[in-house]
Amino acid sequence: MRNATGGTRYAVAVLATLAVAFVALPQVYGNQSVLFTMMTYMALAQGLNLVYGFTGYLPFGYVGFFGTGAYACSILVTFTGLPVLLCVIGGGLAALLIGLILGPLLRLSGAYFSIANLAASQIIYYVVSNEALKPLTGGPYGIKIDQVFAPTASYAAMLVVLLLTTALAAYFRLSRFGLGLRAMHQNPISAAVAGVNIVRARLVVWLVSATVAGLIGGVYAWNLSVFYPDAVFTLEISVFAIVFALFGGVGTVIGPLLGAGLLYTFYAAIGVSTPQYFQLLYGSLIVFLVLFLPNGLVSLLVRRKLHVL
Amino acid sequence: MSSEPLLRLENIEKRFGGLIVLHEQSFSVSAGEILGLVGPNGSGKTTTINVISGVLRANSGRILFEGKEIRNQPIFRIARLGINRSFQVPKCFRAMSARENIEVAATFGAHAPVDVDAILDEIGLLRHAGEPAGSLTVNQQKMLDLGRALATNPRLLLIDEIGAGLNPSELGAIAALLKSLAARGIALIVVEHLLEFLNRITDRVIVLGAGRMLFEGSLAEASRHPDVVAAFIGG
Repeated sequence: MRNATGGTRYAVAVLATLAVAFVALPQVYGNQSVLFTMMTYMALAQGLNLVYGFTGYLPFGYVGFFGTGAYACSILVTFTGLPVLLCVIGGGLAALLIGLILGPLLRLSGAYFSIANLAASQIIYYVVSNEALKPLTGGPYGIKIDQVFAPTASYAAMLVVLLLTTALAAYFRLSRFGLGLRAMHQNPISAAVAGVNIVRARLVVWLVSATVAGLIGGVYAWNLSVFYPDAVFTLEISVFAIVFALFGGVGTVIGPLLGAGLLYTFYAAIGVSTPQYFQLLYGSLIVFLVLFLPNGLVSLLVRRKLHVL
Repeated sequence: MSSEPLLRLENIEKRFGGLIVLHEQSFSVSAGEILGLVGPNGSGKTTTINVISGVLRANSGRILFEGKEIRNQPIFRIARLGINRSFQVPKCFRAMSARENIEVAATFGAHAPVDVDAILDEIGLLRHAGEPAGSLTVNQQKMLDLGRALATNPRLLLIDEIGAGLNPSELGAIAALLKSLAARGIALIVVEHLLEFLNRITDRVIVLGAGRMLFEGSLAEASRHPDVVAAFIGG
């Protein structure tokens, strides 16, 4: 593509800014847990953006991949004794497997896809939290991997996953593959007529996005080290990732990062201390977004003719 | 012009539920030839193009391109084989520039490197190369559709009502362009209601009526054929 070199420099700058910010922030802000959760949501919003922003498929059950990654990682830690980083990768692979199984959902479109994906995530949740699986998953009583508890190492791992996810979004935005995705998103029939293998492209994006969510879930589990099924399968996680990505602007690299960064800061500032005000303001913000900024914060930059990655 | 047909349809049938929209269609087209496809609305012209380009799957029959069966191939593979098309209602990538529209096809559909500027020039959109396709006029979008098809280095082009809404001078330019494409060896199947326009570019037409082939030959002969007259004005 014509602006690929400039775009690559832009992408490197975004990645460097993210890396420096999250390395430096713990030095000036003491609550590393908040920063970790912010990175988790930035990565989830970006991971969801990969599939929603670049193909138009809204995965309402995105949390299913996250929870799968969290549980797969924890089970591997518990039963195999493998190094925790390998267990995190195992979480990503487990989500990839679920993505493959759910691949036929891509034959659906619009709300049908979203609903089917939501149902699939609930199936995974009910299987994992089933009492009968207590020896493996802990069932409804949760799972504990405190033997590998390492907040600083897991913080660094989440930063790596966030950078990886952002690099993937930049690749989707700037590459030859991404050119095909943009065409497919705008008009799938024309894209196919232009020679784009739309079935394969969609599946690749879907699997990449699923794997990323699994990795995020794996690192999240490592950081928490003790959790219940609700903590990693609650639909709130999908909803937050969707709203954060939309607030920033999907189909871009910086949009989901901005959206998740700003809204999570807002949540951390008042959502914990006064959740009732947060819900009110959060709802108002969503209404404002739908009415005035349907393409997210980045549309403000686009309107000013600024280049948005 | 080669005597071997580039494309051959053999007994193609297409049904939508219980409704048969193409009955036993069989015809062929050779490299460098322009074949007109005419008929009243609902006669199956666009369906024929959709079936050849893979947008719709025929229920039975064979579609042979250079002797190879392509009936169950996906759209992108048919495009890469060298069959491409324009649409009656242009289907551009509206948020992409005109140049990017061509680049998509040049990147994914072409076997050999494509001169994107030359194509933009040929379809009269070089000056608009940087503009979003959605901001172009409908006629310009039709040309962009054609340009996107050309960027895949096609050997068979399926043109769906490109003349509708064009003024006489634009029609003249399109007729010259289509003839120049045929002169390069590209086979064209042109669906058109504008018979005068079609008469300028070809003397072989197939007339369809309710999904059946009523006539094959010159337009002048077609206008005297009783089945054709009945299909157009009621028998």
